[in-house]
Amino acid sequence: MPQRRHLVASAIVVLLLALLPLAGSRYAVDLTTEVLIYALFALSLNVIIGFTGNISFGHAAYFAIGGYACTILLTTYNWPLAASLPAAVVLAGLVAAVVGYFCVRLTQIYFAMLTLAFAMLVWGVAFKWKAVTGGDDGFTGIKLPAMLAHHVGYFYFTLAVVAVGVAALWVICHSAFGLTLVAIRENAVRAGFIGVDTRRMRWAAFTVAGTFGGLAGALFGMYHRGMYIENAYWTESANVLIMVLLGGIYSFVGPIFGAAALHLLQTFTNQYTPYWPTVLGLILLVIVLALPDGLIGLAARVKARRGRT
Amino acid sequence: MTDMLSISGLWKSFAGFVATRDVSFDLKAGELHAVIGPNGAGKTTFFNLITGHLRPDKGAVSFEGRDLVGLPPQKIVRLGIARSFQRINIYPRLTVFENVQVALIAHEGQQWNLFRPGRSLHREGTAELLELVGLAAEGAETAGELSYGKQKQLELAIALASQPRLLLLDEPTAGMSPQETGETIASVRDIVKARGLTLLFTEHDMAVVFGIAERISVLHHGEIIASGDPDAVRNDAEVRRVYLGEHGLGEQGHG
Ligand SMILES: Nc1ncnc2c1ncn2[C@@H]1O[C@H](COP(=O)(O)OP(=O)(O)OP(=O)(O)O)[C@@H](O)[C@H]1O
Ligand SMILES: [Mg+2]
Repeated sequence: MPQRRHLVASAIVVLLLALLPLAGSRYAVDLTTEVLIYALFALSLNVIIGFTGNISFGHAAYFAIGGYACTILLTTYNWPLAASLPAAVVLAGLVAAVVGYFCVRLTQIYFAMLTLAFAMLVWGVAFKWKAVTGGDDGFTGIKLPAMLAHHVGYFYFTLAVVAVGVAALWVICHSAFGLTLVAIRENAVRAGFIGVDTRRMRWAAFTVAGTFGGLAGALFGMYHRGMYIENAYWTESANVLIMVLLGGIYSFVGPIFGAAALHLLQTFTNQYTPYWPTVLGLILLVIVLALPDGLIGLAARVKARRGRT
Repeated sequence: MTDMLSISGLWKSFAGFVATRDVSFDLKAGELHAVIGPNGAGKTTFFNLITGHLRPDKGAVSFEGRDLVGLPPQKIVRLGIARSFQRINIYPRLTVFENVQVALIAHEGQQWNLFRPGRSLHREGTAELLELVGLAAEGAETAGELSYGKQKQLELAIALASQPRLLLLDEPTAGMSPQETGETIASVRDIVKARGLTLLFTEHDMAVVFGIAERISVLHHGEIIASGDPDAVRNDAEVRRVYLGEHGLGEQGHG
């Protein structure tokens, strides 16, 4: 339930973040902007993973669609931001609905492979449709409204959009719909025999995930002043998947911590060594062997142990 | 009394193996009916054919005059049939309370509500059902950590949350201690009678079967070889030969 202490805690976090630019570090502001975007991206993926129990290996597709659509509409078509951003989000959601329609017919590894296959098609379109997307040169030269052109302005914009996005996802995940999704994750046969059309529910969840993934992608495209085909590549899908697993799939906020931890770690590692993939491998090992329910699960266990002694 | 469930000429085979062979079966409203038979006789398959978890190769299943064949499980439960499963079927990571709450949410068609907090819905109805099956004190526990017997009770509460008129229980007491078995059966009987439900159940414990069933059907190799009141079935020569002989005829005993 949206208890008062949750609301207060969230308000404090947003307020503290809002104070960050006062510290005067552009580096910190940019890094936090990125973390916020990835947090929303990871949360959106967890609607599929944590709430329906299926692993999507192609979530970068919706991120990329949101990013390309928003930046292309802004730049090529000169749409105002108030139109391009919603349009990009809706487009990502629509594509997720079409792809999801097929994917939810499958489960487990087959579901994962189909999401991956569709994401590769999206990558192929971004690569091949050079006239619109810029192909492998990337789509650059983004026109942003003056207010957002400054990094602090963009930080506040991102903070506001992510806060609204996270709040919306929170409501959805804790709704009757969200609780029913968890029941499907836990036992689809049983959920079917209380009268739930599990396939349609999973379809809806997939669409929700794609929609918010598209929102994160739109924020990303504008932040980076461009989109590149790498943003649609399967390694991006893997990256966000690892964020979700690292944070913990069984808690709503887990992916936020996973996104922050992984992105910060990646940024710092890249400053000192070219061995990020190796470090990533080690992180995966730790998740699989020691943190099956992620950082949040670890925190819960530590708390429980303290409570006992 | 009219037939609530009427089945005729039902067949089902798995890769050539016939698990349900020309089964015809009628169930009267308000009846407590047991389906018994050796392991592998086809009892669970029979239930799955009724609830849409399996599709019959041939034959008709009609519930209160409606043809069920081809309907998916989630539609069938909405017509008024609920069941428990032989292998425990709960949501292990949800709390006991939420296990029942979700069933009530689905029964009210609220699973598409993206705004109302799920955990605030049907709190009273959930508490009542948990009370009914004797799990009032366990509401906050993680369902998967309950004892086996209590998980079976939880499944009963989940099934009842769908407000069925026909309740199917697949081995409701399997794996329970004799004491739990006795309590469970008494409570099942009370609930079924108090709510005016019709009960169809499978069970290997003959004491349970002969203790509460008003009618019994015996399945053997997918076929119904006898059907009638407990005395008739107990004295049926064929039944004694294939099944009851080894089960000690109504005394306590497992298969
Ligand atoms: N999905 C399936 N695929 C193949 N064979 C199956 C399937 N389901 C059941 N069977 C076979 O059908 C036969 C009947 O199985 P069923 O589970 O209905 O028996 P049962 O009477 O419920 O047995 P038990 O008392 O052990 O629960 C068994 O031989 C089983 O192996
Ligand atoms: Mg069985």
